[in-house]
Amino acid sequence: MKMKHISEYRDKEVCQNFIKKIFDIHKKEIRLMEVCGTHTMAIARNGIKQLLPKTVNLLSGPGCPVCVTSQQEIDKFIKLSQLKNVIVTTFGDLMRVPGTETSLLQERAEGADVRVVYSTLDCLQIAEKNPNKEVVFLGVGFETTAPTIASAIIAADKKGIKNFSVISAHKLVPPALTALLENDEVNVDGFICPGHASVIIGGKAYVPIIENYSVPCVVAGFEPVDMLQAIYMLTDQIEHGEAKIEIAYKRVVNFEGNAKAREVMYDVFKPYDAPWRGIGIIPKSGLKIKEDFQNFNAENKFDLFVEEAPEPKGCACGEILCGTKTPMDCPLFGKKCTPDDPVGPCMVSTEGTCAAYFKYHN
Amino acid sequence: MCLAVPMKVIKIEDNTATVEVSGTKRTIGLDIIDPPPKIGDYVIVHAGFAINTIDEQEAQLIINDFEVLFSDENETH
Repeated sequence: MKMKHISEYRDKEVCQNFIKKIFDIHKKEIRLMEVCGTHTMAIARNGIKQLLPKTVNLLSGPGCPVCVTSQQEIDKFIKLSQLKNVIVTTFGDLMRVPGTETSLLQERAEGADVRVVYSTLDCLQIAEKNPNKEVVFLGVGFETTAPTIASAIIAADKKGIKNFSVISAHKLVPPALTALLENDEVNVDGFICPGHASVIIGGKAYVPIIENYSVPCVVAGFEPVDMLQAIYMLTDQIEHGEAKIEIAYKRVVNFEGNAKAREVMYDVFKPYDAPWRGIGIIPKSGLKIKEDFQNFNAENKFDLFVEEAPEPKGCACGEILCGTKTPMDCPLFGKKCTPDDPVGPCMVSTEGTCAAYFKYHN
Repeated sequence: MCLAVPMKVIKIEDNTATVEVSGTKRTIGLDIIDPPPKIGDYVIVHAGFAINTIDEQEAQLIINDFEVLFSDENETH
């Protein structure tokens, strides 16, 4: 039964063709970075690195939203869960991320009302069912997710739901790529651009990367054929001295993206200089709630001040997120830091680079 | 986190739709997609919202891949 389900995007022959083409065209050592947690997992799960020439290096960038969320933001989420009369709603992957002292999962075990939701639409239902409580959503994610949170805020506004609010820790992909290219320690020859963030922002979002840095950008899907095609396209561009935007995932992504989703996102949010774990402040790389929707800003409703917290001692998540270190270079990896007892978010999130290395390379 | 799944639209009511994949039904939002899908269309769903409409044949291929993926996952855990 399984065999008949295997589609052309996993076809062994097609994969081998792309691998042969990469070997044929490839001459110089290159470094390609993927900036998407789902790509990190797809590369590890399918053993893509092992199929390529040794001089085609694949690096993981800051593509896992949970991993790039700063320690201070995590601490804020936890502080919120400790408040009385508050129901915290979140996507599941934040639950185990360690804050400075505790995690949302630990807080829930201590009696906090923390609920994992599938969608922000669920949060609105929870808010309507619990009129005497405050329902807060922890807004973490890139351009794929932010429009869905914006849409919930607009819906709450229209319905007059006053006990719903959001902490916005949303981040934007293109400013992070720029920050990486501005960092002298980061050495990237081409970007494997995220598949589903690009549904929203479109291939055109990478124009500044091409124009200002001449670094090729190829949007990739998540199957082995998609990924190998993207790696081939990047190798081909680099070998020919080209830098352009290509889409190796045309069945889902186009150049213009989803204008309606961007409109909804920017109706509610505006870009600001946001903190990224391990990277620091990146100009105009985060989304905060606009003036018109401040009633839905949890940071206005509650006192969520927390001290700026250092990242866990010895944890190399920051360098790993920039591609300057691999998990193997981290002294904690596999010893003090494991998926069962993680120190940094790159090990906690199922899409984190360390979690992927631990599961598939160990 | 940015995982997105193709699902078939089987009912539309105002700005929400009922979608179905492999026997699982969900209610999703249609507020961030323009033009909105029609009944019978396949949409890519992320975090409870349709983010675009895709070709039926392509959708079926991706759905099949998810079925393989999940059956793989079941075997390893």
